[in-house]
Amino acid sequence: MRRLSQARTGGLLSLVIVIVLLPLALDNIYHYDIVIRIGINAIVCVGLNLFIGYAGQISLGHAGFFALGAYGSAILTGHYSWPAWFALPASAAAVGMIAFVVARPILRLKGHYLAMGTLGMGIIVFIVITQEVALTGGPDGMPVPPLTIAGTEIYSETTWYWIIATVLVATVWLALNIVDSPIGRALRAIHGSEPASSVMGINVARYKAMVFVISAVIASVAGSLFTHYSGFITPSEAGFLHSVELVTMVVLGGMASTFGAVVGAGLLTALPQLLATLRDYEMLVFGAVLMGTMIFMPHGLVPTIAAMFQRWRRK
Amino acid sequence: MSAELLQFIFSGLTAGAIYALVGLGFSIIYNASQVINFAQGEFVMIGGMATVSLLAAGLPMPVAIALAVVATVAVGIALEKLAIEPARGASIVTLIIITIGASIFLRGLAQVVWDRNFHSMPPFTGDTPINIGGASVVPQSLWVLGCTVAIVAALWAFFNRTRFGKAILATSYNSDIARLMGINVRFVLLFSFALAALLGAIAGVLITPIILTNYQVGVLLGLKGFSAAIVGGLGNPMGAIAGGFVVGIAESITAGYVSSDYKDAVAFVIILLVLFFRPQGLFGRRGAERV
Repeated sequence: MRRLSQARTGGLLSLVIVIVLLPLALDNIYHYDIVIRIGINAIVCVGLNLFIGYAGQISLGHAGFFALGAYGSAILTGHYSWPAWFALPASAAAVGMIAFVVARPILRLKGHYLAMGTLGMGIIVFIVITQEVALTGGPDGMPVPPLTIAGTEIYSETTWYWIIATVLVATVWLALNIVDSPIGRALRAIHGSEPASSVMGINVARYKAMVFVISAVIASVAGSLFTHYSGFITPSEAGFLHSVELVTMVVLGGMASTFGAVVGAGLLTALPQLLATLRDYEMLVFGAVLMGTMIFMPHGLVPTIAAMFQRWRRK
Repeated sequence: MSAELLQFIFSGLTAGAIYALVGLGFSIIYNASQVINFAQGEFVMIGGMATVSLLAAGLPMPVAIALAVVATVAVGIALEKLAIEPARGASIVTLIIITIGASIFLRGLAQVVWDRNFHSMPPFTGDTPINIGGASVVPQSLWVLGCTVAIVAALWAFFNRTRFGKAILATSYNSDIARLMGINVRFVLLFSFALAALLGAIAGVLITPIILTNYQVGVLLGLKGFSAAIVGGLGNPMGAIAGGFVVGIAESITAGYVSSDYKDAVAFVIILLVLFFRPQGLFGRRGAERV
């Protein structure tokens, strides 16, 4: 029983239960589509949360990694006829290399400078994707071949649901293990104070680079899956707004809370779908919700609610 | 100097002046509150769009401009009162998301109040190009440069020659001690948002006759102004002005000689280079970190 109340086992079990039971509540393709998109965003956010929530850094450029993975898969399968299952790890490896190369100089920066550095990186990716028309189709985007498993092309939303669910559970499991390992403790020490942790013998630059690369690779894998799922990709996936959405999902759900990242992804992916009925007022309301939650719940939903629950239990 | 190069330098100076004004706004707010205001570009957009719509309503140009600037300043004050003040003490990430939320909100508002179309505005004094050393320059470019110089001079005098200007500088060095010295720090904060909105609105009014405007025009202008502020060293107003011109000229020379497709990337490449090699900015001093 005690093991179940721990996040690593109990939380993962609850996530699996939710995933298994959820299809009972989904009664059309449109619902499946939203849930799959939530799953893809959640995968990115669980990775990004390691970097933002645990290591205390910020990235306004992770949409760039997502889009690089997505376009990597799209170009390798579309132009060079690679099988999707080779294109995905190849793109992820390339993105990991890129992240590793930029990590050292970028991660020396702090606070606003780090935000600006990662933002610049993301926007450069966006501009390159938009301009290299021969390869990427430019601003109009490009079609992407479907995923094939054992010779059959995957189009059905239900199959995609289980693919994304499996990857999400694997990512959450990986994240929970990293958080509970010496790496996770080092990251939290870095979050607390970089000078103090380097005095304690923690190689700050190495751990920050490591978690940056891990989160970039996770974003790339999610991007590859997304591109095959949607069958079409446009440069907006690399845009500044997408990076902001990802960070907001992490912060809204709650920093340093892996399940918070999943909840944040769920809410912020579903919200525009609900707001779509408002048409012209969509942006207005979205901006207001973003400001409102951050002003009144600066620590995010899951930690705020958890704190309320704790207080209620103590009474 | 070839006429072609001179032409690129003039267009770079014009764009650079606008980035400088936006960058100044970033610096002023950052100094007073340690907040990076991602809605700075929206001030530029509101200044331009409001002038266009007031002109369309039949008001004479000076009145339309004055009202548009006042409206933008009101938005700046409202932003500080309703979004920044309630979130005092929040972390950097939270504040960044709040101002990004504000920028999305203001864009959404502009789209509801006005529309999604592009709008043009007539130049202040005709559009017959003037020949300067073989380069043809539209009169509006001279307006942009002249007004920017005047604003910079006025701001310099304000910060160095007036009591309240010095109080603002004191607050940016150390707000706790400034408060002990009897400076109303909350008012300084409010005033810097108003001042930043004023600068943004003026930039919007000046540039709209050259580049058209719509509800999204502030996004890229804001980010490039932010680059100007970073290049000059965040929180260094004179650095932001120099940074604006560096970014503007580099951009127009790249567009002219290298590739106009990658023009927009220049500002961000410069930022990365500056951050990698001189993280304190081109004109900032290297500071030691207090533990």
